Amino acid sequence: MDMELLIKYGPKMFDGLLVTLQLVSVSLLLGGVLSLPIATMRLSSNKFFRGISYAYVYFFRGSPLIAQLFLVYFGAGQLRPFLQDVGLWGFFRDAWYCTIFVFSLNTAAYQAEILRGGIQAIHIGQREAAKSMGLGPFVTFFKVILPQALISSLRPYGNEVILMIKGSAIASVVTIFDLMGATKLAFSRTFDFEIYLIAALIYLVVVEIIRFIWDKMDRRLTRHLRPLSDQ
Amino acid sequence: MKIFKILAAAGLALATVIGAANAEMKIRIGTEGAYPPFNFKDASGELKGFDVDIAKALCAEMKAECSFVAQDWDGIIPALLAKKYDAIIASMSITEERKKKVDFTEKYYSTPAKFIVDKKGGISDVSADALKGKNIGAQGSTIHANFLEDVYKSSTIKLYKTQDEANADLASGRLDAILADSAVLLEWLKTKDGGCCKFTGPGFNDPKYFGVGAGIAVRKGETDLAASFNKAIKAIRANGVYKKINDKYFPFDVY
Repeated sequence: MDMELLIKYGPKMFDGLLVTLQLVSVSLLLGGVLSLPIATMRLSSNKFFRGISYAYVYFFRGSPLIAQLFLVYFGAGQLRPFLQDVGLWGFFRDAWYCTIFVFSLNTAAYQAEILRGGIQAIHIGQREAAKSMGLGPFVTFFKVILPQALISSLRPYGNEVILMIKGSAIASVVTIFDLMGATKLAFSRTFDFEIYLIAALIYLVVVEIIRFIWDKMDRRLTRHLRPLSDQ
Repeated sequence: MKIFKILAAAGLALATVIGAANAEMKIRIGTEGAYPPFNFKDASGELKGFDVDIAKALCAEMKAECSFVAQDWDGIIPALLAKKYDAIIASMSITEERKKKVDFTEKYYSTPAKFIVDKKGGISDVSADALKGKNIGAQGSTIHANFLEDVYKSSTIKLYKTQDEANADLASGRLDAILADSAVLLEWLKTKDGGCCKFTGPGFNDPKYFGVGAGIAVRKGETDLAASFNKAIKAIRANGVYKKINDKYFPFDVY
């Protein structure tokens, strides 16, 4: 690796990595909050709510993230007069907000499905037991069902985090200098393929760190499920 | 049986000779196809434009059989190096930075770079100081992007995959200015979306950043190919073919 290259573009790629991490963590958090009502609606007995959340999840899981981002980013550009009238142009003018918006909606759909699976995996006996103890539906959900659902959802959540980290490279097509954007910039000045190799390695390291943390969390949270000898 | 052998040998020899005479030079040409009016795809997906017409004229002059490959701009040099095609005819400026990776022919045209801004935005000064803090757009991997990155350090530089995407963001108001090739911008300013905007400031052609015009790029060491292109460029300049193509696209001489 060319040292000169590293000195010149290393800091830019580091800044890009921070942008990537920020983008992913904000999106995951917002998406996580959003996923709760979506998952609840998915499990609702009301046909209307079920239909809406089904369509939402269907759309965001069924179309490519890059298409969703283009649709919002360049679509908003075309709809500027309307968005200005309703006071939303300030939000959609900014590539950063557009990207957060799309990433959050997208990951919300995935997270809602993870959560739904987790909730449905809880044995009916848990609900019955809660009811027999005189717990209301609200307390039952937040104190009994959800904590257990989150444990079994932990692994799929980890997958989603990793997918988002890799998927966030798409942000570079709407002018954001995330890790991928910084890499492209460096490559355009040098045509040195090693730059992409380094970027790939950085992504790999980040993913490995996440995997390691998840492993630790999983072991800790499920320690009551393992035989004593294995603790 | 001997006669057969002789006939067969003669036939083989003849076939070889005819084959050699018919074996025109085959050249695969890479272009972007998203840079009107120099190279773009028409409604049926066919490559059109000044670059494409020039390429066809050069091939006719060189009696070469040419085929075209459309390749995204940011991968256009790597794909040449990977032998996906043999030459790039895609309005590529001849710069020192690129010469480290590829060889160039002489220029086949040269137009200055210019800024365009929103008509109502009130920007008339395009110096680095005046554009401090403004959003300036350009296509990525271009001389314009490199120039902005190096000179307009206190502005926010936004880089796009294609020129069209940058244009769309100027029209929508996300960008305050765009720096690009003046002939390309002129074409866009004529469109309905381009009605928002106008040229401002001088033409930029500092060879350090903008090179010495657009040339044809070939892999390093392919001097024969570059030489035949150079000869063909001279020939079409002399015999009027170049002027005909020029006038088809531009009201001024772009050479």
